[in-house]
Amino acid sequence: MATLETIRVTTRRGIEGDAFVGGSGPDLVFFHGAGGVTADDPLVKELAESFTVHAPVWPGFGPDDTETSIEDMLDFTLHGWDLVDAFALQDLPIVVGHSMGAMIAAEMASVARNDLAKLVLLTPAGMWIDAEPTPDLFAMLPFEMAEVLFHDPVLGEKLMTGGADFTDNDALTAFMVANARRMGTAGKILFPIPNRRLSKRIHRIGVPTLVVGGASDGLVPPVYIDLWRDSVAGSSTHMIEAAGHMLHLEQPAATATAILNFLSP
Amino acid sequence: MKFVWFNLMPWPDLPDDFRETNRSVWVDIDSKLFDPERANGLYHEYMDQLEFADEMGFDGIGVNEHHQNGYGIMPSPNIIAAGLARRTRNAAICVIGNSIALYNPPIRVAEEFAMLDVISGGRLVAGFPVGTPMDTNFCYGQIPALTRDKYDEAHELIMRAWAEDEPFAFDGKYNQLRYVNCWPKPIQKPHPPIYIPGGGSIETWDFCLEHDYNYSYLSFNGHKAGQVLLDGYWERVAELDKDESPGRASFAQIICVADTDEQAEELYAEHILYFFNRCLHMHPGFADPPGYRTVKTIKAGKLGGLRKENQEMFKTLTWKDLVEGGFVIAGGPDTVREQLEQMIKDLRIGTVFGLFHMGDMPDWKTRFSTQLFAEKVMPALKNIWPELETDDRWWCHPIEDRVRPEYTIESARAMATGVDPASLHQITADQSAADHGPEGVI
Repeated sequence: MATLETIRVTTRRGIEGDAFVGGSGPDLVFFHGAGGVTADDPLVKELAESFTVHAPVWPGFGPDDTETSIEDMLDFTLHGWDLVDAFALQDLPIVVGHSMGAMIAAEMASVARNDLAKLVLLTPAGMWIDAEPTPDLFAMLPFEMAEVLFHDPVLGEKLMTGGADFTDNDALTAFMVANARRMGTAGKILFPIPNRRLSKRIHRIGVPTLVVGGASDGLVPPVYIDLWRDSVAGSSTHMIEAAGHMLHLEQPAATATAILNFLSP
Repeated sequence: MKFVWFNLMPWPDLPDDFRETNRSVWVDIDSKLFDPERANGLYHEYMDQLEFADEMGFDGIGVNEHHQNGYGIMPSPNIIAAGLARRTRNAAICVIGNSIALYNPPIRVAEEFAMLDVISGGRLVAGFPVGTPMDTNFCYGQIPALTRDKYDEAHELIMRAWAEDEPFAFDGKYNQLRYVNCWPKPIQKPHPPIYIPGGGSIETWDFCLEHDYNYSYLSFNGHKAGQVLLDGYWERVAELDKDESPGRASFAQIICVADTDEQAEELYAEHILYFFNRCLHMHPGFADPPGYRTVKTIKAGKLGGLRKENQEMFKTLTWKDLVEGGFVIAGGPDTVREQLEQMIKDLRIGTVFGLFHMGDMPDWKTRFSTQLFAEKVMPALKNIWPELETDDRWWCHPIEDRVRPEYTIESARAMATGVDPASLHQITADQSAADHGPEGVI
């Protein structure tokens, strides 16, 4: 399987950060969700078999102390495009986002509708249905999250924590610090309700779009996938079985296949 | 030494099985538990108690702001404070405080605090909490990672609004105002004393020291648990080369006074246990949303509360645990006086926020404890810090010739009976100079 290398990127605004790059084929930019991304992300590695993958790390999710530079939806959206620019790609990119990353990707595709080739939204955040309120991730304790995020919570907890033992104080502190930075940053667009009025702009998306859901997703349940399909003209959907919100960890192969089928029909 | 009589205004009718049937006393508490007709009497009972504390000679009476909270039915402390400002005479009105990041625009706080200061004749002590995550983030929807930034901007705006003599434009990140022109302005110049309630955020210490504000450590864990934190604060005071005036710090403490130690347990234990068992039953996920605390504070902090097994801690606490652990200072007057003196010296605090009414304590017990404290404990502790006699940075400065309740209340009656209220004012103003103290109150 393809390996990814870590590169440093600097945006035109001067924000530095890590990105994981590897594989071969058409250029694909992967925007991670509020859980972060690593060089070992199984879905990103699967995608690198067929694409040249660029997976940047959002401010607040890597070692750089840059999160105070990103404060609102427009900051995230333009930072996303600045990252794409920094990769200096030959062709228009395929943009894939997961959860919060999909929310930002959809904003990017709405704002600069001609600057990408295709769009894939994996269990996207960013919509709100009054009659179908989603769980409040920000009020959950670490040990409560796996239940909402995974089809198999027992396995999910291991995948999410990398096997860290929360009864150990140092491990818990390290998790709390990382979680505070990650989710604190994510909260700027997801708290208290993950809706920054994308519905006013989403009609602008004009590229072929696939929306992928997890059949057991407790955070963005299937009814939201239907709303996305109805909101993005001409989009198609695909549900991954035996997968929750973190389908990239739980069913990376099936998710990669669904993406590949859409991108290379 | 200043003693403030504080009322959290709890809901006293949380059911026996509250812990089992509710996730949290705060944020998503079952609102059907609130009975507005019951609260009619309750608000007046609680305000009467605060007025009683003024009569008993407490230096201040204290109120605070919580939202959607079973132990506090006071989302707007300014409303309570306005009532107290008219019906009390000498006590400082301590609003500890307004969560300034929640007001839009926060000029509202500058205006309302100025009104309270003016109505009370310069008796306002103004608190500016960052606000708990429960109130600020979960009830009022502020983004955790931006809360402190928004707070800092609100603070800057309020202080400038009080200080400036000309209208000015304020181009903030969260507030854009073309014409800031605070009207009315506070009596106290340059501003009322500022108290900053903190729960342990390290950044708050530096903020207090930078501006010479009082750091008010408000927790329910008592003086023994508070010692570590205040030791850290005083170390920081020394590091920044500030003077060590005890006026720089205050502390909240649950206090129960009876004739004897045994009677204290007999009278108060059930109500204090009601508070710890029911009023502090909180979903811990509301206590620490990611981004609210800085990384620095997380690394310095304790994480035990996030553990599954520790969430049930209060359930098994006994009166003995609470007294021995310092959560509560309780007993006969001698016991309370000795322990409180030790606490004040150990913590090095110039103000005690005394929590006398707790949980579902009935009115008569609250007044019994309050009166014993005022008569048999407080006098002996008044002069613990002689240096504070000449250090007036930390307390309010009321004007001497202020309107007092005997005028505002009597004049209304006089109007009804045709007596010229101006003559009454003259009489009461003269009298008030003579009988300045706890006894001469109507």
